[in-house]
Amino acid sequence: MTEATAIRVETPFQRFWSEFRESWIALVALIVLAMIVALAVLAPWITPQNPYDLAQVDVLDGKLEPGSQAFAGYTMWLGSDGAGRDLYSAILYGLRISLTVGLAAGVLALAIGTAIGLVAAYAGGRVDTLVMRVVDIQLSFPAVLIALMLVAILGRGIDKIIIALVAAQWAYYARTVRATALVESAKEYVEAARCLALSHSRIIFRHVLPNCLAPLIVIGTVQTASAIALESTLSFLGVGLRQTEPSLGVLISNGFEYMMSGRYWISFFPGLALLFTIVSINLVGDQLRDVLNPRLKR
Amino acid sequence: MKSLRPLGLLLATTLLALPATAEELTIGLASEPTAMDPHFHNLGPNNAMSRHIFGRLILQDENQQLQPGLATEWGPIDDVTWEFKLREGVRFHDGSVFDADDVVCSFSRAPDVPNSPSSFATYTKGKVVSKLDDLTVRIKTTAPYPLMANDVSTIPIVSSESGCTATTEAFNDGTAMAGTGPFKFVSYSPGDSIVVERNDDYWGEKPIWTKVTFKPIKSGPARVAALLAGDVDMIEQVPTADISTLEGNDELALSQGVSNRVIYLHLDHDRADSPFVKAADGGAIENPLRKLAVRQAISKAINRDAIVERVMEGVAIKAGQLLPEGFFGVSDKLLPVDYDPTGAKELLAEAGVPDGFSLTIHGPNDRYINDAKIAEAIGQMLTRVGIKTEVETMPRSVYFKRASRGGPDDTPEFSFILVGWGAGSGEASSPLKSLIATHTPDKGWGASNRGRYSNPEVDALVEKALATVEDPTRQDLLAQATEIAINDAAIIPLHYQVNTWAAKTGLKYIARTDEATLAIGVVKE
Amino acid sequence: MTVFIIRRLIQAVIVVFIMSLIVFFGVNVIGDPVDMLINPEADQAEIERTIRALGLDKPIHIQYLHFLAGVAEGDFGRSFIFGEPALKLILHHMPATIELALVSLIMAILLGIPLGLYAGLYPEHRVSRGIMAGSILGFSLPTFWVGLMMIMLFAVYLRWLPSTGRGYTAIFLGIESSLWTRDGLSHLFMPALNLALTNISLVIRLTRAGVREAMHQDYIKFARAKGLRPRRVIGVHLMKNILIPIVTVLGLEFGSLLAFSVVTETIFAWPGMGKLLIDSLLQLDRPVVVAYLMIIVLFFVVINLVVDILYSVLDPRVRLKDQGT
Repeated sequence: MTEATAIRVETPFQRFWSEFRESWIALVALIVLAMIVALAVLAPWITPQNPYDLAQVDVLDGKLEPGSQAFAGYTMWLGSDGAGRDLYSAILYGLRISLTVGLAAGVLALAIGTAIGLVAAYAGGRVDTLVMRVVDIQLSFPAVLIALMLVAILGRGIDKIIIALVAAQWAYYARTVRATALVESAKEYVEAARCLALSHSRIIFRHVLPNCLAPLIVIGTVQTASAIALESTLSFLGVGLRQTEPSLGVLISNGFEYMMSGRYWISFFPGLALLFTIVSINLVGDQLRDVLNPRLKR
Repeated sequence: MKSLRPLGLLLATTLLALPATAEELTIGLASEPTAMDPHFHNLGPNNAMSRHIFGRLILQDENQQLQPGLATEWGPIDDVTWEFKLREGVRFHDGSVFDADDVVCSFSRAPDVPNSPSSFATYTKGKVVSKLDDLTVRIKTTAPYPLMANDVSTIPIVSSESGCTATTEAFNDGTAMAGTGPFKFVSYSPGDSIVVERNDDYWGEKPIWTKVTFKPIKSGPARVAALLAGDVDMIEQVPTADISTLEGNDELALSQGVSNRVIYLHLDHDRADSPFVKAADGGAIENPLRKLAVRQAISKAINRDAIVERVMEGVAIKAGQLLPEGFFGVSDKLLPVDYDPTGAKELLAEAGVPDGFSLTIHGPNDRYINDAKIAEAIGQMLTRVGIKTEVETMPRSVYFKRASRGGPDDTPEFSFILVGWGAGSGEASSPLKSLIATHTPDKGWGASNRGRYSNPEVDALVEKALATVEDPTRQDLLAQATEIAINDAAIIPLHYQVNTWAAKTGLKYIARTDEATLAIGVVKE
Repeated sequence: MTVFIIRRLIQAVIVVFIMSLIVFFGVNVIGDPVDMLINPEADQAEIERTIRALGLDKPIHIQYLHFLAGVAEGDFGRSFIFGEPALKLILHHMPATIELALVSLIMAILLGIPLGLYAGLYPEHRVSRGIMAGSILGFSLPTFWVGLMMIMLFAVYLRWLPSTGRGYTAIFLGIESSLWTRDGLSHLFMPALNLALTNISLVIRLTRAGVREAMHQDYIKFARAKGLRPRRVIGVHLMKNILIPIVTVLGLEFGSLLAFSVVTETIFAWPGMGKLLIDSLLQLDRPVVVAYLMIIVLFFVVINLVVDILYSVLDPRVRLKDQGT
């Protein structure tokens, strides 16, 4: 797609990678993100406490300062929260939930949005107009309001918050895919494929979709980050996840009440973890956008 | 709804940057009244606010003891008739004279305000109010009714000239806001502020404050921040998390007082197959909560000291019954159950569930002080004695409906719940009648008996107490009913809430058991 | 143009109608307002009286028809909690929110455009990279967390600014606002900045992207070749062109500012519409929630229309055609 000046023959991925790592910020972000994911995945093996097992959590360990000794013997390097959860353990387990929610919502919204966008672009006419009207209307609404209403109606729980996030975000994907797909459909190769009487699904999935991937990846990263942020916001507003299985948002909101009393760690560390997660995803996404957008090529 | 009157004044103060004079007071409120109309909404914040502006025949002091208000004397003249002598020479803020007509019309308006979300009918029903002369009122009931004075002390008196026919809107925009209270209404801006000024013609002890501004600041940390930043002079409902820090601050002074609110656990006494009780292996089990030994085991498994010290940061009192000591109708024989996990396990074995069972505790997360955290701590403690407990908390908007009638046929949905009860009347018949007495909608009994506890012996004692006018006999009957119910673990009391107010040094709030924040209770030291 | 506007208006009515259905039935699924409103000491008879007083004894579709009939007369229902018309309550809280959103929008423009311009003109410069990384931070910081940190820092430790609430208001040019008093402005600063964070980043990125695209365009090259001073090239030729997407997005953002103020207003106890919504939602004051969302829907529809029209004024290349978008 680009007028590569490289003399060596590069695979597209190699070319992509060499462009991606041009920015050291993005590179660092990628490494941080990889570490965060690794910590979240490995949480059960590298934490001293399972914060979801009430038998392991003791209220007598509550609100300990970072570095204190827990009743069970281990050291709470990041302190503990009001219920006696070791914050280090709680943050890693919380990361699992936040990442799961973000990823699940991201993937589902991507799948649904893409399908709808493709159908709209390919079908055209009335279907397209109708779908795009709905998308426009939905996009003119702030995602936070849509999710807030849905969660208020559906109730708490991971599944419900994922549904709310998907409902709030699918339209972004639909719009992007449809726009890209329209451009692609007009190109000669699709025309050619049509002339060859290839099946609709084959044209859509083998020809049009791959060419929509670049913008989808970019949107996907940004939306995943925003899903994580949205979940924590909803949890903060009191309509998000359950407090016995805390995500990062719930941890921060639990710490909200301790802010004035100098127990900064209860919401500071989870806030930091959330910040690192979202920022690194966004930085990676930002660089992806630059690399994948041919118009900004220097 | 918007009052423009104070704007000139406010502007002047701001532009001249005058320091607030010592007689002005700003109070940060945790919950805002929903209207200025004193009869519109029978709820804590509204009643606290209306006490500033509107008088009552009988006043409740900081310990909810009854004191003369607009009535100077009262008492039963026969079994079913009470007589009230009214105070002479009292004038409303608009200049009209207070007399028996105001009382009669206030009692008829109070239960009957259009669109009222919660009326005063609870207190006026079954009472016929009549004027004997300008300064004497009689109230008749159909049966002997000992709580007459308590009920009368809840009804705000508005003026028959301007208040009784006024709409709620007329109160909210200030046109009907003439009372006989220690303060006069100045302005009301919902969500932002309520301003009152001193009533220099008040019949009683005049307030030291010339002007008081109430600012609703719902969020606890924000309220503390506002106090620390000097935006307000005093706040109510100091979050327990901040109490130790504020205590160490020389510029602030705290006042604390035990409230009339007990936090307790209600258990399913009724259903053989309770929806949130399962056997240890997850299978069905006959509801073990119906066995006294199991209920006692649960009570013993709970470390009340840990809850008070850790969750409540020392700001609560371990509970052994329905009301703290000192209240009317409490028993002097009931003590908080001691923490005894071994004993709990033995009791479980004795009851035929040596391996425990599994249970879900449901509780609100925005109603009582640290409610969700208490539920979580209970979950931890029960899990440790073998009752595998899941914790589920939810906003009160969802919780109370489900807890009261979320199940089939409007039965309570949950098996094991965390709730609180504040005795508005300041004596033990209130929790006994609502929480412990058999659920009988026709009679208005057991309205909050979400465990469906039923004990004819207790019912009979409460019935008898509520028909006994002599205080000492009634006191004994209520105490006796409480003892039977608590020894039968009808509910499991956890602790009494202690309320905390914080003010700038030099000010002190006289803590009230009814949790109300009154400007008149703020004194200079 | 007229056809376009009429068509849009018809669509708007349909949207509002569908939303009213969704919102009304959605809100009525949650909890039971009676338990929220009633005094705990109330007995069964009193509970039933309240249910009747609030009109909750009727089946839901009848309630909805009542609501629709009311809306046709401009009555959005009466707040369960305050007993006042819901619309009146919302309008009462509206100025505070608009004030907040406006100031935060101005902050976003005043901070965002210069920074974005710089980052766009000198994309390789260190400062520019810093600005861009910072803008990512602005996107990523959880609003509520930042708000909390701001209160801690500015109100509690440094004591520079009041922590929460709205300051004194005054009337100037016939508008009552806290913008006209010093106290008001000092109360406004933190929440407005908190609300502006995301938009500062947004404006930075839009400006930068616009500048970078425009710098390659022929008209800029031509203007430079003509020997115009850089200041004029940037100030007139460049700005004119990059302002279009910024105006569009900010127009749309103004709406979401109103919505996002839910979070900011909750933290800073700002007595605006957002806080009213959250409070009403948590206390199940259904009529207020429904009325609020209806107003927001109307608001967005209007904003979209206005932006489309503005667009055509600013950019003659865009013609308002009778088409989907």
